[in-house]
Amino acid sequence: MVWEENHPKDQPAMKDNPYYQNQWGMSIDLNTCTGCNACVVACTSENNVQVVGKEEVSNGRHMYWIRNDRYYVTEGDEGAEDPEMLMQPVMCQHCENAPCESVCPVAATLHSPDGTNQMIYNRCIGTRYCANNCPYKVRRFNFFDWTKTLPTEVQMAQNPEVTVRTRGVMEKCSWCVQRIRQSQQQADNEDRDLRPNEVETACQQACPTDAITFGDLNNPESDVVEEKQNPRRYELMAYLNTKPRLSYLGRVRNTNPRIEEALSSEQDADAVAAADA
Amino acid sequence: MANTEDDKTLPAEPSRPQEGAGGGHGQLVRGDLSFHDITEMVSRHTEKKAPLAWYIAFAASLSGALLLLALLAYVVWNGIGVWGNNQPVGWGWPIVNFVFWVGIGHAGTLISAILFLFRQHWRTAINRAAEAMTLFAVVCALIWPTFHVGRVWVIYWTLPIPNQMEMWPQFKSPLLWDVFAVSSYFIVSLVFWYVGLVPDLATLRDRAENFWRKRILGFFSLGWTGANRHWRNYEKAYLLLAGLATPLVLSVHSVVSFDFAVSVLPGWHTTIFPPYFVAGAIFSGFAMVVTLMVITREVYGLKNVITIDHLEKMNIIILVTGTIVGFAYITEFFMAWYSGVEYEQYAFINRAFGPYAWAYWIMMTCNLITPQLFWSKKLRRSIPVMFVLSIFVNIGMWFERFVITITSLHRDFLPSSWGYFEPTWVDIGTLVGSFGLFFTLFLLFLRFVPMVAMAEVKGIMPQADPHHYDGGDGRAAGNGHAEGDGEPYIRPAKVASLEQPDTDEGEA
Repeated sequence: MVWEENHPKDQPAMKDNPYYQNQWGMSIDLNTCTGCNACVVACTSENNVQVVGKEEVSNGRHMYWIRNDRYYVTEGDEGAEDPEMLMQPVMCQHCENAPCESVCPVAATLHSPDGTNQMIYNRCIGTRYCANNCPYKVRRFNFFDWTKTLPTEVQMAQNPEVTVRTRGVMEKCSWCVQRIRQSQQQADNEDRDLRPNEVETACQQACPTDAITFGDLNNPESDVVEEKQNPRRYELMAYLNTKPRLSYLGRVRNTNPRIEEALSSEQDADAVAAADA
Repeated sequence: MANTEDDKTLPAEPSRPQEGAGGGHGQLVRGDLSFHDITEMVSRHTEKKAPLAWYIAFAASLSGALLLLALLAYVVWNGIGVWGNNQPVGWGWPIVNFVFWVGIGHAGTLISAILFLFRQHWRTAINRAAEAMTLFAVVCALIWPTFHVGRVWVIYWTLPIPNQMEMWPQFKSPLLWDVFAVSSYFIVSLVFWYVGLVPDLATLRDRAENFWRKRILGFFSLGWTGANRHWRNYEKAYLLLAGLATPLVLSVHSVVSFDFAVSVLPGWHTTIFPPYFVAGAIFSGFAMVVTLMVITREVYGLKNVITIDHLEKMNIIILVTGTIVGFAYITEFFMAWYSGVEYEQYAFINRAFGPYAWAYWIMMTCNLITPQLFWSKKLRRSIPVMFVLSIFVNIGMWFERFVITITSLHRDFLPSSWGYFEPTWVDIGTLVGSFGLFFTLFLLFLRFVPMVAMAEVKGIMPQADPHHYDGGDGRAAGNGHAEGDGEPYIRPAKVASLEQPDTDEGEA
């Protein structure tokens, strides 16, 4: 039987897959995130994410692989006019138990040996079931052919390391897989292991407050391992049992009303200081 | 056709209850018809010129089908974005239409297979047309999952075709189960329908006068002569196919429901879906049969074969399945509350009171409330009432799929990704076009295929009872053939006198 002989899984190349050595993970510290959106811009230019224009954005066809969710916080009814805004960058969570993977009829999205959720554009037929089943709604579909109509100079500006997607396929954050593979190959050429924190994703690199940490969970020296041990760590919608590789460090808000008052105006701060003295 | 006899007329209107053996209670065919009258009533429509209404309806339907074709080409050329689908509503009207049409395609095989196994003799008058309707509805259904994918030109990757990459489909995906479930349902339904057709095609062949008509029908009737051996094999094959088709009737919509139930989405992720979807499918399928049969029996003068009793029985099934579906709607709400999952609870509150509340209440009104009128015997035997109600049911069932697909998707877990779906003109055009395709196929069926299973109807007539001519006391009154009703077995009837003047009713 053709499908029984020499199955790829029995090949030595598969068994000694170097990718198993690294297990990628990410941590985003919401305490330090300022919501500046530099990560969104960096991702857009690194990964050839297409800009679709105002009309199609309002039709719900934008292509951003990473977005900044905004939450508005008020205490009761007070401050409803001017609520506090909290930020949360959301990208593909690279679930170990990914709902998107099991529903694809053609196996176009699967798990890599190094623990990322991969999208195989060539195999995708565009059923959009994965996007429906993604609780984080991070998958983006090419409703039209965005890249074919690009002016030549914009075509030249695309990142040559990243595939340009055609119409009718799904795409999403890959954790800059091109950077991971490039670093792995370089390490291989230099006959060494990857150094901790050697691979940086585009969003991480652009983050001015270092809120995003990416690295190898197998390497105890990686920063991401340390971040993951932080007690503020949580996973987005962990109750769905998706087991994301991306975790967040919860924002700590100082709810002491006197300090908040103190910060709100200098006069009040002076008054509080006087009272304390 | 050779018409030698002038005095024979067929009663077109339901006439007096028949007296004598088999009359009165349980009388399925009315109007004191002989076997030959049945042949005549059904076959002549494939042999003579179609009524004007047929041509008008066919022109309208064919325009719709061509519209569908043009719009699908437009979608393939430009991309899925010409439909209203967006993020988060990845599945829009195409999937609503798919589930709707698959649902419609349930009644036919249910009538022909399940009712056959349960020895429900009333099925014989409607099973042929209902099965044809099933096949055409499944054809209409298959269009949607095919064309709603982003790259239709590689849709064959969902089929397990051996290839040099050793790349198989992903068998955990409910969409793949769908491919198998719907295609096997279609194939088995088609074979079942065709096997049932063989004796009737042979009848048409024997009546054919044109050389090519004789040859074509001869080819499709597989050399049927009506020999005892043929009947024995035929009955056996029919029974086996009924047994094979029965689980498929239940499985196909269960599998379609898995597309939703297997996901994690609130509003989809629920174990009630398979039975609820099957009940809903039978509900909408029977409603479509009622809609079509009410028109067909009127236009083609088949009121003595497809009687008001048949329609009443279908209306009772609509009442029962509609109530099951309504019960499922309420159970879903109960489970959302009982689960204590806030996403689930929000999904259902959003259904009833959110931006798509109008769709939800259309669904509730058409599916749960209006079919309750069928509790009244008078209303369920009234042609205008059942015609309007059956259309209401299908409106309601389309909205049920709309509610399930679109309102669940448009607001799920993270409010940042909430959205709203609006159909485009292409969405509307393709839906209208799919009705055009459906009616085109159905009208072609009415024109070229015997629309009632003649052989089976004859089998449930009183004359088919071996003791019919005995007078009930075992003494044979005739030679066992059609002597009893004074009609030789083969004698052509006068066709002109069978014509129906009532061709003014539109079909599509």
